[in-house]
This record gives sequence, C-alpha cells and structure tokens, in this order.
Amino acid sequence: MSTIPNRPLSPHLTIWKWGPHMTVSILHRITGTGLTVVGLAVLAWWLAALAAGDEAYALFSAVAQHWAGMIILVGLTWAFWQHLFSGLRHLVLDTGAGYELRVNRFWSVMTLVFSLFATAFTWWILMGVGR
Amino acid sequence: MSRGESATPLAKVRGLGSAHHGGHHWLEERFTSISLILLSLWLLFSLIMLPALDRGTVSEWLGSAWGAVPMALFIIAAFKHGLDGLKVVVDDYVHEDGTRIGIHFILSMAAIAGGAISLFALAKIAFGAN
Repeated sequence: MSTIPNRPLSPHLTIWKWGPHMTVSILHRITGTGLTVVGLAVLAWWLAALAAGDEAYALFSAVAQHWAGMIILVGLTWAFWQHLFSGLRHLVLDTGAGYELRVNRFWSVMTLVFSLFATAFTWWILMGVGR
Repeated sequence: MSRGESATPLAKVRGLGSAHHGGHHWLEERFTSISLILLSLWLLFSLIMLPALDRGTVSEWLGSAWGAVPMALFIIAAFKHGLDGLKVVVDDYVHEDGTRIGIHFILSMAAIAGGAISLFALAKIAFGAN
C-alpha cells in the first residue's frame, strides 16, 4: 500500500454522468439500512407482540393496518425486493462478471423493474386475491 | 503496512479495507446474504401461504419445528447481515477512528439486543408459555 507522492491525478475523476448503476448502488445501501433499522425493529416487535399476548398483538395489528403502517410495510416490501435483486446482481459482480457497460446498465435497470413488479405482486396477493 | 515482495497473497490483504480487517468481514457478509436469499423468501412465502395472520394461526405455525427453526435461523442471519452491512456504511463515511469504533460498538449492542429479544420471543411462542 505504498503511495507515490505527487502522483498526477486523473482528470476524468470529475467528468462523469449519473447512470442507473449509481442509482442502484446507492439504493442498495439505503434499502439495506432501512431493512435493518426499520425492518428488523418491526420483526422484533411482531415476535414480541406474538409472545406477549392478545392485547399486544391487537396493537401491532392495528398499527400494521393503519394507513401509515401500511406505507411502512409496503416500503419495506419494496426495499426487500430491491435489496434482494440488487444483492443477487452484486453476487454476480463479485465473481468478476457483468462489468461490460451495456450488460451492467441492463441488469441495473432490471433490478428496479423486478423490485417494483415483485412489490406490486406481493401486495396483490396479500390484499386478498389469494384469501 | 508494506510487507515487501516476499509476502504471501493472504498477508498482503490482511488489515486492508476501510475497516482494516481485510477480507473476512466481506466474506461473512456474502455467506449471510446467500443464507438470507433462502430464509427471507421462505418467510415471505410462509406469511402469504398462512390462511390468516391472527395471533392463533401465526403462533401455531411458529410453534411447529418447520416454523420455529427457520425463523430462528432467519433472526440470526438477518441481524448478523444487517449489522455487517451497517458497519460497512459507517466505515465508508466515518473516518475518525474513535467515533467509528464507538458507532460500531453501539450498533453491535443494538443488533445483539434485537436478536436476543426476537429469539426469546420466538422461544416463548414455540414452547407455549401462554
């Protein structure tokens, strides 16, 4: 890790255009952080409410079915699918594959498309189509 | 940090990265991520397949081995992976060592506490304390 002093810096570092791969990259961090902080808190509350009794579970259910609670749950569902598809993309990238510009761009956009579709599909089923 | 030309490939990467822990943390994050692909999809499909989401139905499902064991694995993998991920985010944006390690400590305590609460609640549901 030796650094060469006064090494010239590449001028291209400041010349770039926002692309879908950057959006997906930062979304991976945002969704991961959201799933951990909010998602795992909801998981712990849900399990604790199940264990605590009918009254505690009724409170959890009431909040979960409130419109504000629903927004959080739908948001978590989208964050889950986005992080999952983006994570699968990262596991492929970790092998050294998929860095060609067009391939990289294509799969970046696809994670966004898949996650929106999967979120809509999940709630379509949850909202009573299958019940 | 320089170890010279004779260092093995492993020695060259030890202690590198913004967390100074080399590749171990990175690899563990991948292991838990692969586990979570299976476990999180299992959880989602289980919730969708349950006939209802009232306390009785969910408790009965989590009381069976087929519900409780994967749920315990999901809790462990999810809290571990979430903690690993948050640590990476902190490593990348917090550069002062004392602050960085302090935040790591708080995050670790929160993750362990959250995981313990979840596992205890699951045990209580599974072993039918009420």
